[in-house]
Amino acid sequence: MSTIRNVRDVVGVPTPLIDGIEKVKGQAQYTADLPAQGALVGRILRSPHAHARILRIDTAAARALPGVRAVVTGADCATTYGVLPIAMNEYPLARDVVRYRGEPVAAVAAIDAATAARALRLIRLEVEHLPAYFTADAARAPDAVALHDNKPGNIERAVHHRFGNVEEGFARADLVREQVYRCGEVAHAQMELNAALVDYDPARDHLTIWSTTQVPYYVHLMLARCLDMDMSRIRVIKPFVGGGFGARVEVLNFEIIAALLARAAGGKVALRLSREETFLTHRGRPETETRLKLGMTRAGKLTACACEVVQRGGAYAGYGVVTILYAGALLQGLYDIPAIAYDGYRVYANLPPCGAMRGHGSVDVRFAFEALLDRMAAEAGLDPFAVRRANLLAAPTQTQNGLRIESYGLDECLDWVERASGWRDRRGKLGTGRGLGMACSHYVSGAAKPIHWTGEPHAVVQLRLDFDGGITLLTGAADIGQGSSTLMAQAAAEILGVQLDRIRVVAADSMLTPKDNGSYSSRVTFMVGNATIDAARELRARLVAAAAEQLGAPAETIDCRHETFQAAGSDSPGLGFGEVARAALAREGGAITVKGSFTCPIEFQGGKHKGGAVGATMGFSYAAQVVEVAVDIDTGMVAVEKVWVAQDCGFAINPLAVEGQIQGAVWMGMGQAMGEETRYENGLAVHASLLDYRVPTILDSPPIVLHIVESLDPNGPFGAKEASEGALAGFLPALTNAIADAIGLRVDDLPVTPDRLLEALAKRRRERRLAASLAEVA
Amino acid sequence: MTHARTSPRPSRARVRLFRLNGTDHAALVADNVLLLDYLREAQGLTGTKRGCDGGECGACTVLIDGSPRLACLTRAQECEGHHVETIEALAEAGRMSRLQRAFHERLGTQCGYCTPGMVMAAEALLRRDKAPDEAAIRAALGGNICRCTGYVKIIEAVQEAARDAP
Repeated sequence: MSTIRNVRDVVGVPTPLIDGIEKVKGQAQYTADLPAQGALVGRILRSPHAHARILRIDTAAARALPGVRAVVTGADCATTYGVLPIAMNEYPLARDVVRYRGEPVAAVAAIDAATAARALRLIRLEVEHLPAYFTADAARAPDAVALHDNKPGNIERAVHHRFGNVEEGFARADLVREQVYRCGEVAHAQMELNAALVDYDPARDHLTIWSTTQVPYYVHLMLARCLDMDMSRIRVIKPFVGGGFGARVEVLNFEIIAALLARAAGGKVALRLSREETFLTHRGRPETETRLKLGMTRAGKLTACACEVVQRGGAYAGYGVVTILYAGALLQGLYDIPAIAYDGYRVYANLPPCGAMRGHGSVDVRFAFEALLDRMAAEAGLDPFAVRRANLLAAPTQTQNGLRIESYGLDECLDWVERASGWRDRRGKLGTGRGLGMACSHYVSGAAKPIHWTGEPHAVVQLRLDFDGGITLLTGAADIGQGSSTLMAQAAAEILGVQLDRIRVVAADSMLTPKDNGSYSSRVTFMVGNATIDAARELRARLVAAAAEQLGAPAETIDCRHETFQAAGSDSPGLGFGEVARAALAREGGAITVKGSFTCPIEFQGGKHKGGAVGATMGFSYAAQVVEVAVDIDTGMVAVEKVWVAQDCGFAINPLAVEGQIQGAVWMGMGQAMGEETRYENGLAVHASLLDYRVPTILDSPPIVLHIVESLDPNGPFGAKEASEGALAGFLPALTNAIADAIGLRVDDLPVTPDRLLEALAKRRRERRLAASLAEVA
Repeated sequence: MTHARTSPRPSRARVRLFRLNGTDHAALVADNVLLLDYLREAQGLTGTKRGCDGGECGACTVLIDGSPRLACLTRAQECEGHHVETIEALAEAGRMSRLQRAFHERLGTQCGYCTPGMVMAAEALLRRDKAPDEAAIRAALGGNICRCTGYVKIIEAVQEAARDAP
């Protein structure tokens, strides 16, 4: 699949985004920028209670207010929604029970913002309070009230997986260590605020939504479900989207609420959320406690791993089942580990629901793993690089939980970051308070088993050639800034042998473009990229057939490069693209539309065990990184001086975008490691602004030097795999390992804020004093 | 729950005179209208973005008399007698400015949402300092949050624009 021709003209070339000019000129229209003349203003009333039974919602005064066109409550939608067919337990507006502070309970549409705000204040909510739980421990306590009747003990999902002989593995280890690691909950903090614009046409019973989504198809499915409308009466359009990182990989309550309001009002509603509300919608990475035990031989070879993970998932299911399964499944696939025991618990709590965030499920566990591995390497007197190299996989292979690995460039990543960072010469010689740390990580290139099994391919792309000679690429894939539309245009142009700007991409409009499952789990490059190649090959065959007739040469001898069709060995100037396109259109009776598709073969779809589909993918990306820090033990401040990162993305179709994605991923890992954390006081979000939720600024951000490793995956498009998520997780442990190198202190709780580090230093001083006085007594 | 954007109270409106993107401009402006809302709602200049509930993110950065200002913390009436420039004013005859081109070609923009504010803050810097060093670039963009790039390519873009300056 990867070999088309040896020379590559368009792929592999650093390419600015095809929609980048609109962005830098301020012309790109995001949802809140769309013309909304005559649109009503939507507003949501949110629960001030963390857990309560709703006794009554009185909306009479709000409805009577002049200028109010619609008021909706839980009574207007009795259908649950959710991204996983097995776990749809959320209503767009709470019915009967509210389960977190900030949960929508009612919404209004009014002629202007002032009227909408006044209407919200007129709604009376009467409740009976229930006990609320803000930690996983409290929610799991024996006497805790269940948030959901069907989930006793507030355990949404418990996972128990055993692969290999774990007891035997630990028994033959020379070194066994166990440690508990904690990571705070983090949020995506995507720059664009959540917003939806909905136009409902009562005469035709037709609804159009423009929304800030990564998954237009899932939005489509859930709107049809919650509004009980035939899918053909709904049109979902994704305009420019200002970042996602997983925040928008499931339908969100505000999208359904906007649709309910528009239908109730019989018109157009613009619902734009504040930053606080965008934080409350949440779906970020859960607070996670990881208890990890590793066994290792004297030579650094891993013998066994036992891991228990507890995730505080928030009030509703969302992606929770998948997150807790990923946490266990992705213990595998990076190193060769003969035996693994995994116990995972996804716990409900009275907080905004968590969901998928970049590196979904793998990040907090990878932090624990790489941190403990580093500690054990130090104890065994081994170099951290040597320990990783002692445990490499050899592709092609299959892990014990059924993950297939066809390409594996981790060794090359390790070599590069070791050399580039000057690891061997510089480590231990940087002076007081300075250190180097390293870690590895990996991630999937799309989930091989789709969430909704429809029997359709994983991805479908259409190409259309018409009278003007332009080639229109129709895809449902959502470009959210990662550059997927550019990548598809490159892939098509490469196969067709045409200039990039001959391809024009129409994306993510359900009326025009084929279905796509969306931009999540790093599936687009691999799956939609392959579907694009498939479509382009089909169109190319049609063009070559026409050229063959014109040239009087057999089709199999004809190639098209630089928009010229030529027969092999011929010294004629060949035919230009326009000429061949006209001939093909005449030959085929006008506009040519072709379809390409991609399906992950069943053997890639994971192990047979329960939950075995999660983690299964056709290609893993691999990353290694070295972080250099300077630690000030008087203030607790940690400064990241520089990062060296190498990632195996199979093949960089657009090296410019790959660089941007790797830098962004490393940096997002830095945010989580160093300062980002959602915080709640009795369930009230106290972090819900970009001043309180500490995203790193340009002043806090280090140079990130990178290297792209190309292992050429046999199944990837041109050999490509994912490039956007794999490098994130490695930053967290590389940082704490660097801190350990700098000041000899191992940080097990993230983020490493100055106060947390000072606390850890004070604890170490106390322990040292105690040890010294005990030694004196002895 | 508090809403950051609460109801504007009834307010007096006056005709205000200011320059907007190089053109003298007279408009009836309510006293309490924020520059951000005025630009976006009244003028249709949606290039200036709202990314927060007030003064958190820098996405709405515009130039007032050449200095970077947050349109979400500025009342439109305060602009009387001043020159307001937004992202829409940078392109010359529809062509990207040098700075815009550098952001585009160096991938200083990914999702693009912070880009107008980021570009305007960088524009202000380059007008007062033709050859800023990296520290000066970081200082000038310290109030603009980007969630995509890790800022690496943003710094490269500003450096390239400065390098290519005539």
